[in-house]
Amino acid sequence: MANQWFAVRKELKSRPRTMMAILSFVLPLLIWSAVSYIPWLWHPMMSVTEPGDVSYFKVGTLVERTVFDQEVLNMQQADKALPQGDRANPVYLPAPHEVAVAFYTAFTTEPQRRNENWLHESLWSSIQVIFWGFFISSIIGVPIGILCGTYDVFSRLFEPFVEFFRYLPAPAFGALAVAILGIHAAPKIAIIFIGTFFQQILVVSNTTRKLDPALLEAAQTLGAKNLSMLFRVVIPGIITDLYKDMRILLGWAWTYLIVAELIGTSSGITWFITQQARYKNFDNVFAAIMIIGIIGLTTDLLLAWLGKRIFPWQRAAATA
Amino acid sequence: MHHLELPSYLEQAPEVRDRFDRLKQRPVVLEVKDLNKTFDSRAGEVTALKNINFKTHKREFVCVIGPSGCGKSTLIRILAGLETPTSGQMLLDGKEVHGPGPDRGMVFQGYTLFPWLTVKKNVMFGLEMAGRGKLPAEEEALQWIDLVGLSKFANSYPHQLSGGMKQRVAIARALANQPRILLMDEPFGALDAQTRAKMQSYLLEIWKNIDITILFITHDLDEAIYLADRILVLKAHPGEVQELIEVPVPQPRNPDQLLSPEFLATKKRLEELIHPPEADEGLNEDHLNMVRMVSVDDEVESVF
Repeated sequence: MANQWFAVRKELKSRPRTMMAILSFVLPLLIWSAVSYIPWLWHPMMSVTEPGDVSYFKVGTLVERTVFDQEVLNMQQADKALPQGDRANPVYLPAPHEVAVAFYTAFTTEPQRRNENWLHESLWSSIQVIFWGFFISSIIGVPIGILCGTYDVFSRLFEPFVEFFRYLPAPAFGALAVAILGIHAAPKIAIIFIGTFFQQILVVSNTTRKLDPALLEAAQTLGAKNLSMLFRVVIPGIITDLYKDMRILLGWAWTYLIVAELIGTSSGITWFITQQARYKNFDNVFAAIMIIGIIGLTTDLLLAWLGKRIFPWQRAAATA
Repeated sequence: MHHLELPSYLEQAPEVRDRFDRLKQRPVVLEVKDLNKTFDSRAGEVTALKNINFKTHKREFVCVIGPSGCGKSTLIRILAGLETPTSGQMLLDGKEVHGPGPDRGMVFQGYTLFPWLTVKKNVMFGLEMAGRGKLPAEEEALQWIDLVGLSKFANSYPHQLSGGMKQRVAIARALANQPRILLMDEPFGALDAQTRAKMQSYLLEIWKNIDITILFITHDLDEAIYLADRILVLKAHPGEVQELIEVPVPQPRNPDQLLSPEFLATKKRLEELIHPPEADEGLNEDHLNMVRMVSVDDEVESVF
């Protein structure tokens, strides 16, 4: 039994595999629930239910437990009405059910100010920024990457500069991007672009270089020349790995979103998060963070599924 | 063990001699002249091939054999145009060739089928490169696939095939271009013994029926004798032609000949050339350092 679970580099059977996948989500949820619902586990604060004679306590005030105990002692000594309260978690850790509710209410809560957006509007603007930044980066970066991986000339010409540029932090270009591109979506797209583009060239050229050279030689002996080599051998040869790279790079693009959305006119999902944190609506914050996670995971699963459709030789290879 | 009385490998039956005479009258397809190849390595210049000269006649089957490091792979890669010789010439039908081209088909040990193409599309690849239209290319490809007996798998992807089947597709793919010469670089080296034997008979069958000249690299002595009209024996460091052996085993070949006196005589000669008896035995020799490690009262005291 133990051997079956802990066999080195052997795949689990399908039932235990599904079980583990479910557990990987259930476990963190369990820990979170335990910390939220079992009072003696953590709960470092007291939520006041009855202020007694403590002047600054109100119903619902959150204070640290030591402070609360001190006040109880003070009141005892002064012979005044004692405050009462329940143990509670800090405001930044809402319980799972609160976040679950916020999942719904975050979408239905009207923006607090007129210039702020509804959650779905914020989300939509974020997705657009990601899409355009990633799309523009890809239509330029992928061809350059493939050329660099195929022809040494391009590799020598582009890669040294790209290597240098990719160390420059994309956020550092925020002010510049605003100065050049204005304050709306354009500079945000530019930040995503800068964050993705240079990595993309290097990743794609590396993937291209990993293509089995024997395939290129075989193609040459079959009469393939420059352009047909590129379009009939190199590109189809790397397309599945390229697709995987793109999925990973898309994940990286999301990490640049936070900076991108804080420049110019603030907008988007990360701005929503910042605002909600400012109002101490941490349930909304958690809900929004999770929405990003869910969007990311679903896109990735969707793309993986799509990949198996587009590349039939890949699908069978995985099961063979 | 008693020694068999073997004839000399140079002794040829009249019909065999007659066949070689006629073979040498045929036009020369491939001629290699004073071919040299040196590599620059950290230890200095290394000569991989030195003064290689030979001629291959039309529809001849030549095997190239030699110990590891004799440069046989380098030779076939130069012939395929995948590497450039340091000096010397190679003439195909009397014309000098440079670089890879469809006139010299190549079959690699690692199959090198395009994994993203079906069997049919793999075979069509060369035809399309030659500018053949899609429909005629497809029609022709299917004929070649039929020839190697894989019609049922025309729409399969390479990973769905066994090693032997993959190599048959690779052969069909190379033949579809109708090259002047088919270069084969240890094509059956990765196959198991049974599959290899089967592939050898298939290859002879194809060679008999198609206008094709074959240059075949192997390190398997039996394979070389069984397949070849003539065997080019190379020696290592530097890679030089040691001997061009005319195989005295009559054609057409069949597996029963593997134990015929001519076959064994040729094999003995190849053994002598490729594994010469050690000059200084004991010195610099690679041997196990064995001591008895079985307890004296072990159940099985000795394996003899």
